[in-house]
Amino acid sequence: MPPWLAIAVAALATAKIGGRKVGLLTLAGLLFLWNLRLWQATVETLVLVILATLAALVIGIPVGIWFALSRRAWRTFSPVLDMMQTLPSFVYLIPALPFFGLGAVSACFATIVFSVPPVIRLTALGIRNVPSELVEASDAFGSSATQKLFKVQLPLALPTIMAGVNQTMMLALSMVVIAAMIGAGGLGRAVWQSIQRLEAGAGFEAGIGIVIVAVILDRATQALAARARPHGSA
Amino acid sequence: MGRITLENVSKIFGSNHAEAVDLISRGKRKAEVAEACGAVVGLCDISFDVREGEILILMGLSGSGKSTLLRCMNRLVEPTVGRILVDDVDVTRLGRKELLAFRQKTFGMVFQHFALLPNRTILSNVGFGLEIKNVPVKQRTDAAMQAIELVGLKGWESKYPHELSGGMQQRAGLARALAADADILLMDEAFSALDPLIRRDMQAELRELQRKLKKTIVFVSHDLDEAVALGGRIVLMKDGEVVQIGQPEEVVARPATEYVRRFVEHIDLAAVMRAEQVADRAAIVLSPTDTVAEARLRTAAGGSDGWLVADQDGRFVGRVRAERLANARVGDTVSGLLDLDPGVVSAGTRLDAVLGQVADGGAVAVVAEDGRLIGPITSRDIVRALAARPNAHHDHSPTQTKPAGAERWTGTSQNSPSTRSATTPSTGSPNMAVG
Repeated sequence: MPPWLAIAVAALATAKIGGRKVGLLTLAGLLFLWNLRLWQATVETLVLVILATLAALVIGIPVGIWFALSRRAWRTFSPVLDMMQTLPSFVYLIPALPFFGLGAVSACFATIVFSVPPVIRLTALGIRNVPSELVEASDAFGSSATQKLFKVQLPLALPTIMAGVNQTMMLALSMVVIAAMIGAGGLGRAVWQSIQRLEAGAGFEAGIGIVIVAVILDRATQALAARARPHGSA
Repeated sequence: MGRITLENVSKIFGSNHAEAVDLISRGKRKAEVAEACGAVVGLCDISFDVREGEILILMGLSGSGKSTLLRCMNRLVEPTVGRILVDDVDVTRLGRKELLAFRQKTFGMVFQHFALLPNRTILSNVGFGLEIKNVPVKQRTDAAMQAIELVGLKGWESKYPHELSGGMQQRAGLARALAADADILLMDEAFSALDPLIRRDMQAELRELQRKLKKTIVFVSHDLDEAVALGGRIVLMKDGEVVQIGQPEEVVARPATEYVRRFVEHIDLAAVMRAEQVADRAAIVLSPTDTVAEARLRTAAGGSDGWLVADQDGRFVGRVRAERLANARVGDTVSGLLDLDPGVVSAGTRLDAVLGQVADGGAVAVVAEDGRLIGPITSRDIVRALAARPNAHHDHSPTQTKPAGAERWTGTSQNSPSTRSATTPSTGSPNMAVG
């Protein structure tokens, strides 16, 4: 796919999600990166981030639901989440290497482990914060646990879960950059190389690129989260 | 459908369930159980019936266990011991799946803070119960629309809850409970979050709906005026126990304990009392065949601007005004002197509904369902009734300063046949039934 087409599609997609402002931002940002000859690296980073985020959501949302519904699970594993978030991100690179070797797979794995806690936490939080009267109402009308989850708890927790998605994506991005040390491609590698070669200019360009990608992803997911909020409430 | 029977229901919070249950079965109460084994008694050995088609009001201050009791009925709260029968089903023995199906089929619930789902339209909220039952969309929408029309929300069905006022949201809450077509409505402080004017409207509308739908309603409230307005039996609770059960006028007239007396102290008597309780049963009643001379003789004591007339079967015939009797020829009979449109009210009419008529037209006749005359209500009778506080005038000798009949409301001991009325224990007696 030629870059101009990809950029157009991305701009249209983000405009549809977040409105014209976000669309224009995406358009300008990506065109700028193309112009800096960082297009290839940007795409690699985006792919890694999006893949890792999707995997983190697939793992994190069910686990979050489990934590919300089982007090014991929450109490047992909450410290594990704390540890996952406080452990320096570099540490995740080490165990990934013997299993998957140098390269994108190891990077992806480390990224998933690093970025999954927020979505677990916020899914659990969102479900627990559904007003008890609403849960009671759904019980009173004879909902099964599954009906209650899908008709009441998850829809009402959605804004919080989307905030978790946003957090997870941001963490994934920061990890993907660090994961360049174990051979992940993309903008991270550009930064890593310029550190090794002491090329301040190239490093700065790649850094700006990461910022642009971060802003675009953040705005788009925040717009998604805003859409998930119930109508009218702020 | 919709009869609920509670048998020895208790709910213990905290530990030591077995010991607490044992203590309760030996007649210990909340405070004693707490002292003996540290368990908190939520409900203590409660037994009563909810009749089919009635509005039963569970009343008490906060913490008295009324909401817990309501939730025991559909097992949102598990009773620790006791049986709860709905029709012939023992709710306490249902398995998980059966319980869900039973809730879907039998109970509709209305909540204090409405509990509408903010992410759904009113239509979708109202159809929620049916959605849970897996009713097809088309049918669900039809039933939901019907319920929406019933509560007067037509035109608002595509709005979201936050776009509606509190009163309208609670209408939607009510519609949701009605749409599921359950026999029993459980209403938990349903109108307490509404402002007073809206609350009164909703109470009137609930009564109106109830007249049409004939559901069995259990209504939790802490507001005695609300109980009176809804006009059902009251179950008064304190510390997880039932203190008294009865029609509002019974509870007001014969409080079982000091607690109940204080609870009903500030009630609007005019809203509680019925015309038959106020009617002067000892008043002179003329017969249509009396001659004017006889009538003058019987009414010689005077003191009234008119007299009621009833035939030999006690049926109400009409009213004769004092001035007409005075001006009539001696040989005429009373039947020729009757007023054309005497004020008549039925025995069960609330006193506050009679006030206007008495103010406009003087004495009003209170007539039983079978047409029998009970007696007149004059402004004097009303003042007397409202001035009297139950149990407040025990030391007072009513016959000294008041004409016969005045003791009806104040006294509790005069149970002679002629004055048998409000103060007579009347649980279950048909003429006390509230319409």
